[in-house]
Amino acid sequence: MIPSAFEYLAPTSLSEATAFLAAHPEDAKLLAGGHSLIPLMKLRLATPKYLVDLQHIPGLKGIRETDGMVEIGALTTHYEVLSSSVVRERLPVLAETAEVIGDVQVRNRGTIGGSLAHADPAADYPATILALDAEIVAVGTGGERTIKATDFFVDLLTTALKPDEIITRVRIPVPAPGTGASYQKFPHPASRYAIVGVAAVVRLNTDGTCATAAIGITGAGSKAVRARAAESGLVGSRLDDAALQRAGAAAAEAVDPVGDIHASAEYRRHLVREFTVRALRAAAERARSR
Amino acid sequence: MAVSRIFGAAVKRREDPRLITGRAVYTDDVKLPNLAYVAFVRSPHAHARIVRIDASRARSAPGVIAVVTGRDLAGKVGNIPTAWLIPNADLKTPAHPPLAIDTVRHVGDAVAAVVAESRAAAADAVALVEVEYQVLPAVVDQEKATQPGAPQLHPDVPNNIAFRWRVTGGDIEAAFRSAEVTVRQRLRNQRLIPTAMETRQVVAEYNPATGELVVTMTSQNPHIHRNILSGILGVPEHRLRVIAPEVGGGFGSKIHCYPEEAVVSYLAMTLGRPMKWSEDRRENYAATIHGRDHIVDLELAAKRDGTILGLRGRCYANLGAYLSTAAPGIPTILHGLMMTGCYDIPALDYEVVGVLTNTTPVDAYRGAGRPEATYAIERMVDILAAELGMDPAEIRRRNFIPPSRFPATVASGLTYDSGNYAATLDRALQIVDYQKFRAEQAEARRQGRLLGIGLSTYVEICGLGPSAVAGAVGFQGGLWESAVVRVHPSGKATVFTGTSPHGQGEETTFAQIVAEELGIPLDDVEVVHGDTARIPMGWGTYGSRTTAVGGTAMTLAARKVKEKARMIAAHLLEVSPEDIVFENGRFAVKGVPERSKTFQEIALAANLAWNLPKGMEPGLEEAAFFDPSNFVYPFGAHVAIVEIDPGTGAVKLLRYVAVDDCGRVINPKIVDGQVHGGVAQGVAQALWEAAVYDENGQLVTGSLMDYAIPTATVLPMIETDRTETPSPVNPLGLKGVGETGTIAATPAVVNAVVDALSHRGVRHLDMPLTPEKIWRVLSSTT
Repeated sequence: MIPSAFEYLAPTSLSEATAFLAAHPEDAKLLAGGHSLIPLMKLRLATPKYLVDLQHIPGLKGIRETDGMVEIGALTTHYEVLSSSVVRERLPVLAETAEVIGDVQVRNRGTIGGSLAHADPAADYPATILALDAEIVAVGTGGERTIKATDFFVDLLTTALKPDEIITRVRIPVPAPGTGASYQKFPHPASRYAIVGVAAVVRLNTDGTCATAAIGITGAGSKAVRARAAESGLVGSRLDDAALQRAGAAAAEAVDPVGDIHASAEYRRHLVREFTVRALRAAAERARSR
Repeated sequence: MAVSRIFGAAVKRREDPRLITGRAVYTDDVKLPNLAYVAFVRSPHAHARIVRIDASRARSAPGVIAVVTGRDLAGKVGNIPTAWLIPNADLKTPAHPPLAIDTVRHVGDAVAAVVAESRAAAADAVALVEVEYQVLPAVVDQEKATQPGAPQLHPDVPNNIAFRWRVTGGDIEAAFRSAEVTVRQRLRNQRLIPTAMETRQVVAEYNPATGELVVTMTSQNPHIHRNILSGILGVPEHRLRVIAPEVGGGFGSKIHCYPEEAVVSYLAMTLGRPMKWSEDRRENYAATIHGRDHIVDLELAAKRDGTILGLRGRCYANLGAYLSTAAPGIPTILHGLMMTGCYDIPALDYEVVGVLTNTTPVDAYRGAGRPEATYAIERMVDILAAELGMDPAEIRRRNFIPPSRFPATVASGLTYDSGNYAATLDRALQIVDYQKFRAEQAEARRQGRLLGIGLSTYVEICGLGPSAVAGAVGFQGGLWESAVVRVHPSGKATVFTGTSPHGQGEETTFAQIVAEELGIPLDDVEVVHGDTARIPMGWGTYGSRTTAVGGTAMTLAARKVKEKARMIAAHLLEVSPEDIVFENGRFAVKGVPERSKTFQEIALAANLAWNLPKGMEPGLEEAAFFDPSNFVYPFGAHVAIVEIDPGTGAVKLLRYVAVDDCGRVINPKIVDGQVHGGVAQGVAQALWEAAVYDENGQLVTGSLMDYAIPTATVLPMIETDRTETPSPVNPLGLKGVGETGTIAATPAVVNAVVDALSHRGVRHLDMPLTPEKIWRVLSSTT
């Protein structure tokens, strides 16, 4: 549980950090909250030569609402997200997600940018970020670019970030009136990661039919995914039980889960169905009560 | 005894301020000048021949002081002994060298030790030790290990069978011949990992000028460790000091003698520098003992009215790769003898086969044999109730040993000291309102909800124990306990116990005992433990013995002090000792309360010795050694109420009620705390915890990311209550409570889950009751 030797860097600007990353694309790792990286280093599963600490770079923390978007700085902790009045008012589903990440210690140290960049296939945020159609803003030596969440998760622990890019903030559109959302999670008994987690966002027409639906799923494959077929099947429905069950079945078809000692692939697929229904039911109820 | 103010009071634990504020000193906090650090090279294979070890790269790495292998230690460091040599069992005790020499037998078996200037340098050098292995077939299942053709672990243990032990009582053939109904079931009691919050640690310092070796280590029993280390290292006992500073939990795992403490001590002696080894969590999971791991086939014979006539069966106990310190005694003496539980079952025939496998050694883990016994009998009684269509409460009441039978000798030959089992069950059922719950359950079932209630009525053997019995059952030690009460001139007292509490709270309860006996403020008593240089011989903390045995020794020592003080008081007050009464901290002349001396005045007089009774020795210090006449047998009734989520199979524990009888209670807050912790671990076995090996002997649950220990968020508030049936075995009427929760909780929860599913035809499910397991049952029964 002792990491191998590494050099610690504490840049004070993004340009300094990205320049260093560009010069050391293979052997530098970014340190945000450290709640994924440090354990890997202590197990020597990660042996970076350089550890680039982001905490001294200004402007990477905080939450604000601007032009119909909520912007969350990459170094904002899970606790800051779940306790933010802006998030609780505008994006309650994101607070609901942050509340069930790990444990108190993880929530106090872990950050949204760190979690997204790590892209653990069982992390909670990716499901919700996908369902909310968020954007991830990153800065590299070539400047700033915005990546859609749906383009961001590439594979197991792999994102669309280039080696010299650093996430600076996450931009999430404030949902239109008539929207309800929910994140429903079945936690791993030991790690408290999601065995399966499903985020559902639905918007109702004034007649109570479903205008749009978005479903993000984590824990059921090598990366978090959207359940597109399940979503489109819901549009126009009244989100009644039959519609939700059809969506659950379609979502279960859309995933490619891997089994382990805690949950077989078959059981995970079942849980995707079950938690898709639960998340949609809770989302629909919230949409109706708005 | 005077009107009790301190004894029985819910005093806050005096240990807690230092623990909560980070002011406690653990072994890893010990920093010595010139300290060197040890790290171990461990086998990645479950079974392999060591072909070659090349440590040349490691030896030349920066900061590395030395690398030693098993061959280097041969003849210099003795083998790790087994210290519970059960008789009449054809016991084999295979050699356990401190570092593997030719063969590794489990993942984590240590093959070399690296010494370096820093922990990091030692960790780096471990990766540079090249070990060439010839991988051998491994076996992890204890039944398969006994079959022809199975891989053989030790040349002197044919078929990997370390022992065959059997207990019989009554006429089992007659019981089954006359039975109107029999039920049989195979039960798996899965392997668990103790997971003390503090992993094992050791700091060893040797002074070649004095020949003294000081070993500071995570120990539940420093005197036992001194004795065993003395034998392994050849350092005489009077020059070997073992200190157990703050110890962060043990749950049994710090009773035992392990290779690392001996190797680190040897390195300190030979390299002339103090040495430290800090176990990390992955090592802790691979190299520190595991618990449980039984496969049991049982059969009950009964009459149709529910009267149980006999119990028979066989247990395959997985002991891991080597026979750990107490391993043979756990599934036999502490398990097999308790198989009939709190029931009047006249006939018993039970065989335990102890089997070696390519897994981490198995030894005492909280409850140590009794949880396995209680689980087995409590499941079987529920299965019998289901077979007969009887209520589980009713079948228990029908079979309880009645209060009039105590002391009650049971079929295994043990004599239970005292008990009133029905009283605890009645109280527990009253608290949960059993009949009302049954009505709610029926209504819930109509709505498709799955509610269940589970009972567990247990009795356990603890307060280990009479030394003569220890000897008779092959335990290579005594089980008495020592205490010294030293009264200073000011009347304050420092007291010393041979037990070694490591989280249980006896610094508080022992102070309560002494303060009560001597009539002095609680704060005037300091409790010292865990250092062989400061404390007379003692046997440590395990088997829920600390209070029942060590607390009794403390009581007797305090009473000796009080008696001497009375003699001095009588002398100073010029009356005969019979005319002195001791009340509220004053020795007074009977009937003349104004003629009195305070305890503090007597303490000063005794220590000054200006005017003592003729012939009396000065000072006010007494020692007592207490060897109990019997074990003590706490008991109780635990009730779990669960609801199963039909969509996932997940079990939610809605209520948990524990009604325990641990004899007289010194501190109800501490008793509650012990019950809470024990219940958490017992519930966890039922629902979450399992050490899982793959077929090649790799520990799949090798870290806390995969091994699910309980946290506060997954447990309900635990409702506790008590009855008090004093034990006749010691003068205070004490029993033990350190393990009762773990013993009782597991079957309560499993019985509740099976009850919730009983209308779907479920009779038994093996632990842990994971959501997927239950989901599969639900899927196949709808």
